[in-house]
Amino acid sequence: MTRNKTILGLAVLLCVAFPALAEIDLSGSWTSKNHEDNLERGAGPNPDDWAGLPFNDAGRAKALSFSQSTISMPERICWFQTQWHIAAGPFSLKIWSENDPLTGKINAWVLGGWETRAPMTIWMDGRPHPSKNAPHDQTGFTTGTWNGDVLTAYTTHIKTGYIRRNGAASSDQATITTTFIRHGDMLTLALVMEDPTYLTEPYILTRSYMSTPTPVAVAGPPCIVGFEGVESGRVPHYLPGKNPFVDEMDKIYHIPREASLGGAETMYPAFRDKIKDKFVMPTKCTRNCGAPGAGN
Amino acid sequence: MRHLNKFLGLTIAMALPILAQPPFGGRGGPPQVAKAAAPIDLTGYWVSIVTEDWRYRMVTPAPGDYQSVPMTAAAVKIADAWDPAKDEAAGDQCKSYGAPAILRVPEHLHITWQDDQTLRMDTDAGKQTRIFHFGAGKSAGGDSEAGPSLQGDSRAQWEIQRAGPQPVNGTLKVTTNHLKAGYLRKNGVPYSENANLVEYYDLVKERNGDVLMVVTIVVTDPMYLREPFIISSHFKKLADDTGWKPSECSAKW
Repeated sequence: MTRNKTILGLAVLLCVAFPALAEIDLSGSWTSKNHEDNLERGAGPNPDDWAGLPFNDAGRAKALSFSQSTISMPERICWFQTQWHIAAGPFSLKIWSENDPLTGKINAWVLGGWETRAPMTIWMDGRPHPSKNAPHDQTGFTTGTWNGDVLTAYTTHIKTGYIRRNGAASSDQATITTTFIRHGDMLTLALVMEDPTYLTEPYILTRSYMSTPTPVAVAGPPCIVGFEGVESGRVPHYLPGKNPFVDEMDKIYHIPREASLGGAETMYPAFRDKIKDKFVMPTKCTRNCGAPGAGN
Repeated sequence: MRHLNKFLGLTIAMALPILAQPPFGGRGGPPQVAKAAAPIDLTGYWVSIVTEDWRYRMVTPAPGDYQSVPMTAAAVKIADAWDPAKDEAAGDQCKSYGAPAILRVPEHLHITWQDDQTLRMDTDAGKQTRIFHFGAGKSAGGDSEAGPSLQGDSRAQWEIQRAGPQPVNGTLKVTTNHLKAGYLRKNGVPYSENANLVEYYDLVKERNGDVLMVVTIVVTDPMYLREPFIISSHFKKLADDTGWKPSECSAKW
């Protein structure tokens, strides 16, 4: 009997130490390290800053028509963002697993929601994505697969949303691939958006998080509609050629319009050659400069 | 009980080959060299995709623009005194091309095996070379025997992920120190000689077939950073050297 106990103990030890498939636990609270794109993720980007976005003409035209007052429309106040808000927003993450009560097997990973983003459920049980004719919503439908310790999640069936919080839009044909890469106490997310309607190439952002013992609160609906100065039925917008902020980046940062209006070429190093002779470094930072203790 | 013994015996028999794996996943004999043990292939040409921190990377940010960097008061004082003309005159035009900053520079990378235990990274922007040493030995080039250097002394190791005995994925972890002081950003945001750099290199395959290299970068510098500076850069793999355009360091552009 003692021998059997020893064998059993050894077997359990081996099974625990060497699971059949390499996977990693993602659960816990993860604080967002906003050491890149701090302004864009926090207070919000400059109104005409679309540099580095692989827009097509339709995407650019839609962005130029955008008025920030749009989100004060009663119809839009409670409009949840798509899962892209993970990358475009500043918030930390709370992740947990949903396990089968009988087998303990992980059926899904869940990223808790924020006040402006619905929770993301990543189905791990092999279920297929819905029909292409199924309804879309801001949450979308997400499935996941492991490649070693790296989890890749694929989101479809989202509604129109934004990819930068200044009117750069994603369509309901967009999909998001989110890769979760954990290194000890650090978690890196790589998000790739593909959108045949508004983008010519995939749009990629990577974000970093640190494990924290401080619980990250999750939030979500309900949202209460209030009056923010835009009466029901009115759609704030700018007509073509009438966006008053189109040269804001030039005025503040001396970044020429051909850069701030985006396009795939603005993502690549060779684009620097194109603007080198047009750019003059501003003599001094005048706005959103960051400073110790200022939350940067 | 006999069945239980058979089951347990089988379980242990299946697990033992895993325990028997030497470092780097070889099948007996001496440990494999880093090149042979590589769970992912980082070699080839890569191009920066600049979708983040665009105005700090693609153009030279204005003096005093320190958004996102957790600088100490001492760092702000140094940065406020930034004078690119003075750097150029002193031959320090490469201060923003050091190891903690080089992967934020818009550029092409060329990664090759210098030998079985040494990975080499060349950049076209600033013509920099980084040398990643695996194991205890050293190879020629890029080291800091003559004192701190721009690219410092980099130690590399594979973090291999397995499904059973087989590697299925992995990460390159690189730790760099013995750095010469430099800039995290072109506009004089400093790091000191005591800075420590840890990088994790991972590969991500896009649905369109493109391969991305995602590098998570952690810079620790108690002198000039209030907390570790954590960012991530991404690069797209290229089929060849198209776009490779070596250029000198510049303190102003």
